[in-house]
Amino acid sequence: MAACPHTLSSRLLTGWVGGCVWYLERRTVHQSPHTFMHILRNVNKQWITFQHFNFLKRMYVTQLNRSLSQQVKPKPEPVASPFLENTSSGQAREEVDEMRSLSPPSLLSSQRPNTKELMELASVPIVEGAVDVGKEAKEEKQWKEMKIQVDDLPGILARLSKIKLTALVVSTTSAGFALAPAPFDWPCFLLTSLGTGLASCAANSINQFFEVPFDSNMNRTKNRPLVRGQISPLLAVSFATCCAVPGVALLTWGVNPLTGALGIFNIFLYTCCYTPLKRISIANTWVGAVVGAIPPVMGWTAATGSLDAGALLLGGILYSWQFPHFNALSWGLREDYSRGGYCMMSVTHPSLCRRVALRHCLALIALSTAAPILDVTTWAFPVISLPINLYISYLGLRFYVDADRKSSRRLFFCSLWHLPLLLLLLLTCKRRPGGDLQGAAPS
Amino acid sequence: RLAPQCSEERREAAPSRVSRFCPPRQSCHDWIGPPDKYSNLRPVHFYIPENESPMEQKLRQLRQETQEWNQQFWANQNLTFNKEKEEFIHSRLKAKGLDLRNETGQKATLNAEEMADFYKEFLSKNFQKHMYYNRDWYKRNFAITFLMGKVALEKIWNKLQRKQKKLSV
Repeated sequence: MAACPHTLSSRLLTGWVGGCVWYLERRTVHQSPHTFMHILRNVNKQWITFQHFNFLKRMYVTQLNRSLSQQVKPKPEPVASPFLENTSSGQAREEVDEMRSLSPPSLLSSQRPNTKELMELASVPIVEGAVDVGKEAKEEKQWKEMKIQVDDLPGILARLSKIKLTALVVSTTSAGFALAPAPFDWPCFLLTSLGTGLASCAANSINQFFEVPFDSNMNRTKNRPLVRGQISPLLAVSFATCCAVPGVALLTWGVNPLTGALGIFNIFLYTCCYTPLKRISIANTWVGAVVGAIPPVMGWTAATGSLDAGALLLGGILYSWQFPHFNALSWGLREDYSRGGYCMMSVTHPSLCRRVALRHCLALIALSTAAPILDVTTWAFPVISLPINLYISYLGLRFYVDADRKSSRRLFFCSLWHLPLLLLLLLTCKRRPGGDLQGAAPS
Repeated sequence: RLAPQCSEERREAAPSRVSRFCPPRQSCHDWIGPPDKYSNLRPVHFYIPENESPMEQKLRQLRQETQEWNQQFWANQNLTFNKEKEEFIHSRLKAKGLDLRNETGQKATLNAEEMADFYKEFLSKNFQKHMYYNRDWYKRNFAITFLMGKVALEKIWNKLQRKQKKLSV
């Protein structure tokens, strides 16, 4: 049972939409693992100030405070799953104070005091006087010893491997596994999930290892372990190796060589292609979309052992989804990208950015229609998925026409619930083997 | 041993705040500070052990030098960005015939769509600079990590040798 759609939608939505989807999920989630239910409950208790979602490891953090000004931090990274990062608003304010001078890069003009200070940075301040002595003392307290506390290590490694994002990657892999036309084999499923999870941890760690100075300059990513010096680069690389080797081995020998090959290829694509490409060319977005599309394909090949049309269709759906999701997100992060030297369509080719987003919204409709043709689902699927596909296409059109912040945000937030819901619909409309009651397919 | 370490701190590359931080005497680890005002990078105060080996010294110097190089690049980058952004806003506001400050006395700003031209121009202007920086950063990062690995192995080897000596005595 793919838990991904449930966790995703529940964790990311607030308000009535969240309530509706959560209710829907509750009805079908009676088999959910305990941990996910725990997370769902926590989500409802917390006030989520940073919302963060990404199927291709593109992370978008929105802090909705009273003045409705946003601090958005980009982290375009391709991985197949949405990612949610919760940070308390208190911690966020602390960080804002610390970085007051250069301030969160994407601070909007509506936050006037900070903008003022930002502008004042043109001249180098001279540190003098009693006030500054007080400041110095305060600053000295902020120095930390770079000594690894064994107690903190699990938390640090979890953040290094972007454990929540990894969990979402594993969820899409599970969805692929569940959708495949093969009897649901629990041991194989668990091995696939574990192997994919380890591979994802490795890829994420290497990504953070490469991007330390860039992460330091972006609000969303400035609290990462390597940026804060909580872990040494050597340890990060060693950890990545210790995840990648068993992960890929598990997939290759515990599941099948095809899945293992896809796993290692995805790690390579993400760390050695996408990550450096982010700073070289806008082609990174397409590479990132592929990285996001591979995990569900892996789930499918794990179940069936072959790369059939259904696997490619599922990968295609994830691939297409990345574009409205990421392009809409990146629209609000243009300042950060420009300053940090990231080559993104939203900065260099704005009209292409919107065109591609719209194009892929429409592609989702086409792919959904292809699902029954390829025997992945019944004909009910294109029908019942049409409303949500039309809605996201409508928002894509609005984004294309209006090209403003409001439409980009609407499209982005729509993509957050669109994908989990689509996966859920896929699962419920899965084509059962005709007349053959053996091999229970997960409902 | 602390005094020379502390004075080294002062000659950190400008523009940056001069830090008078000195770690406690009994500490034998590196210390990491809050993000720098201009570069947003966290400075590291490196610990110099009594019996520092040549390889350890090489590593420390490489890290120190990389830190200064990074500091220089990002401080410069961020300051340039803010300066050019200001200039762009001024020129656009002037072209529109608007005041630099609106009725409430606050600084007038342009919206995101108007700023988009600036972002695009700034990114392409600095593209080559970023290419060089990326290449150098990857090289340095690998070199430091590789050297860290060698230093770690050296330490383990020395420890094993000491243990062996103790056992043979």
